Amino acid sequence: MGAKMVEFNGWDMPVEYPSAGGIMAEHSAVRTGVGIFDVSHMGDIRLQGPEALAAVQHISINDASRLAVGQAQYSALLYPEGTFVDDVVVHRLGEDEYLLVINAGTREKDFNWVRDHTRQFNCKVEHLSDDFTQIAIQGPKAVNLLQKLTDADLSAVKFYWVTRGTVCGLKNILIARTGYTGEDGFEIYIPCDEATSVRVWNETLEAGKEFGVVPCGLGSRNTLRLEARLPLYGHEISDTINVWEAGLDRFCKMEKPDFIGKASLEKAKAQGTKRALVGIEMLDRGIARDGYKILDMGGREIGYVTSGSPAPFLKKNIALAYVPTEFVSLGTELKVEIRGQGVRAQIVPTPFYKKPKKP
Amino acid sequence: MPFPTDYKYTKEHEWIKADGKNATIGITSYAQDSLGDIVFVDLPKPGADITAGKTFGSVESVKAVSDLYAPVSGTVTEVNGDLATAPEQINKDAHSAWMIKITLKDPADLNALLSSADYEKFVAEEGGH
Repeated sequence: MGAKMVEFNGWDMPVEYPSAGGIMAEHSAVRTGVGIFDVSHMGDIRLQGPEALAAVQHISINDASRLAVGQAQYSALLYPEGTFVDDVVVHRLGEDEYLLVINAGTREKDFNWVRDHTRQFNCKVEHLSDDFTQIAIQGPKAVNLLQKLTDADLSAVKFYWVTRGTVCGLKNILIARTGYTGEDGFEIYIPCDEATSVRVWNETLEAGKEFGVVPCGLGSRNTLRLEARLPLYGHEISDTINVWEAGLDRFCKMEKPDFIGKASLEKAKAQGTKRALVGIEMLDRGIARDGYKILDMGGREIGYVTSGSPAPFLKKNIALAYVPTEFVSLGTELKVEIRGQGVRAQIVPTPFYKKPKKP
Repeated sequence: MPFPTDYKYTKEHEWIKADGKNATIGITSYAQDSLGDIVFVDLPKPGADITAGKTFGSVESVKAVSDLYAPVSGTVTEVNGDLATAPEQINKDAHSAWMIKITLKDPADLNALLSSADYEKFVAEEGGH
């Protein structure tokens, strides 16, 4: 497909597809039409058994007991210190069956963590990452595209719910209305043999032609999730950052009787959070990038950029950054150190982009 | 990929077109293709000195920042202001989208640079894809 490839956490991944027009065009397609991503590098862990729910509750921050069969939720796995092992989407696939979809770079670590911390529960923990090819179809026209390929009634599947159906002739395929772009969209999990994967990818591209579908790589995946303020492990969340700092409070159900990390989070809340993740927008010419220093207006170093990039759809240069809590008010002016110079920026609300509500 | 024969080139993918004591500098079509959509260019001001082999600015795509290396030493006389608002001109036609004009400190500096044929060979060996 003529993709520009790059190494990403041990995987050979496309950064962008020049034939599609590159990152900017891919990004725009997802915001206005539809784009497809091969996200098979992500990992899959299944917990199944009478105590699968109890196991999931023990290791994650969100309340999985609220999930009906077929429903999913964004969540995270924490260390006892209240910091992140990984973020995760928990899908309830059956009465006692849960699928955790995790990051590529943390597959082994996550599986070992989940297995080691659920031994006391009566459930089976399986590492299914290599069993699936995962394709994401994202954008306002994603539903139109996928409906052409499946007999499942996608209009009946709400956002963050799943269903099963025949896709491209393959039976009983898991279809999740989830994604990492801030748009409506789906992720499908198909058998991972090369012939099937290639066939489904090509059929998806063909079916999407009338909607202007483009293949999308890691570059646009990053700009899309950044505009939507979705965290990336190793940047906004990590093993040195806690839930409060990352601003993920609403996914953390402290009323759960217990979960790994809860005690540390209680203590951290009582002591007061020292730093917080904020959204910033450049005011003067310059692009804030990962790792750049944040300075106060006097030039003193106060924080750092976790993720920064031009935002193709918003046509601004944006970033997420950690700053001390005294600086977090909207409109606060700061500087980003770019090649030795402090360049003016200001704190803005996030998400930077929100998909339009359907009429 | 044709590289103008009246230009000279560096291994860092800059081109320079000299005319007596004056010269014009930009980046090659190979460079813009590797970078992808260019969104930002950071250039020196008129009057600034540039030193052969040292950085004189940077060019950014969505994903990456790349330093610009001076092919020769000299003093900046003019900067292409269009690139501040339309950096994509470099993607459209890199060999016309000049970045800076300079007066050369020593025209002999040009002798160390690659000819169009040498640069084409260098790029073929480096890239290949």
